[in-house]
Amino acid sequence: MKIILSTASPSLDSDIDPRFGRGAYLLVVDIESLKWEAHPNPGVNASGGAGIRAAQFVTDQKAEAVLSGDFGPHAFAALQAASVSMYVYGDCRTAREAVERFKAGNLERVGAATRGECDGGHHGQA
Amino acid sequence: MILAVASGKGGTGKTTVAASLAISLADGQCSAPPLFLDCDVEAPNAHLFLHPEFDEQREVSLLVPTVDEARCTHCGKCAEVCQYHAIAVLGKKTLVFPQLCHGCGSCTALCPERAISETPSRMGVIERGPARDGILFARGVLDVGQPMAVPVIRQLKKWAVPQPGQVVVRDAPPGTSCPVVEAMRGADYVVLVTEPTPFGLHDLRLAVQGGRELNIPVGVIINRDGSGDVGVDEFCAAEGLPVLMRVPFERTIAEGFARGQTLIEIHPEYAERFRQLFADIVGRVSQ
Repeated sequence: MKIILSTASPSLDSDIDPRFGRGAYLLVVDIESLKWEAHPNPGVNASGGAGIRAAQFVTDQKAEAVLSGDFGPHAFAALQAASVSMYVYGDCRTAREAVERFKAGNLERVGAATRGECDGGHHGQA
Repeated sequence: MILAVASGKGGTGKTTVAASLAISLADGQCSAPPLFLDCDVEAPNAHLFLHPEFDEQREVSLLVPTVDEARCTHCGKCAEVCQYHAIAVLGKKTLVFPQLCHGCGSCTALCPERAISETPSRMGVIERGPARDGILFARGVLDVGQPMAVPVIRQLKKWAVPQPGQVVVRDAPPGTSCPVVEAMRGADYVVLVTEPTPFGLHDLRLAVQGGRELNIPVGVIINRDGSGDVGVDEFCAAEGLPVLMRVPFERTIAEGFARGQTLIEIHPEYAERFRQLFADIVGRVSQ
């Protein structure tokens, strides 16, 4: 099973990055073999819609689940439309720890966006 | 002559200056009273000083895509071309996020299946009418919950056009992001109202860069002069920016402003000072 995690650096032993759309890396992990591949998050420099861009990446990778710190309304809507399940890190610190907990069924699955919009698009008032 | 009054930092006195300038130019010496545009469409407030009676209103909308799922083959062209991530192709679903759409039309134009049509989505209104002293007043008002001010400002500028020879005073929003750029764009001169504080200076630097990027000459008005430090003066001197006016830090002015008065009512000599400031700007622009 292929899952994707938002991480701070390109490694399975990296700290998690709690941000989905603007986290530094998206780590694609095969949870059986623990083989992984790191991709710079394509949403990270988007002026707006970062979560959507990252969700598009997840869908293109054909991952079945995403692990992150939180999911905004746009990212949530996009991932839900693509039938990708979403889990939050809780107090996990590293990607490896999050994968283990996911495999053990100890991560919380989210059924709604975990926060509001960041700035309502890049024309939000500074 | 189109003047944009901007600031960077909010609360430095943009609207006070813009309204005072408009009133000073409405004394019959110009060919016609000026046209005043309140471009701060997220929080317009110049009406508090100029008291317009709006007699015309129009809706502003943006054309956002609607996808016909029956024709869509989920090829992903639309998502690829969208600079704002307002459309995403997720497996066998194409999702539109109207709040992120800038209405550019690229997805519609490039869809090979012609599966995308455009639907107007309301952003706000623009309205206009006569205000005090014969000033023609126009403003945009963004609907609550709408994130994008630029389309409303753009429509306002298109709709409220000056008569030949009529001076336009645009009151810009605070900040230095896209709505400010749109309020400055096409102006002949940008007046930046700042205050002599580190925060005022920080945003002034950005606003000056914005004006320069647009190739519009820029001058500075220092409001609450004497209240802070010398940073703004040093910056203006180093950058060769003209300080067009100084408004002192004075309790009488703050009290008058709180009662809805402009500088002209508080200190009548400002009418002449603003006319001189305008003449000064005309001289600088025609150089």
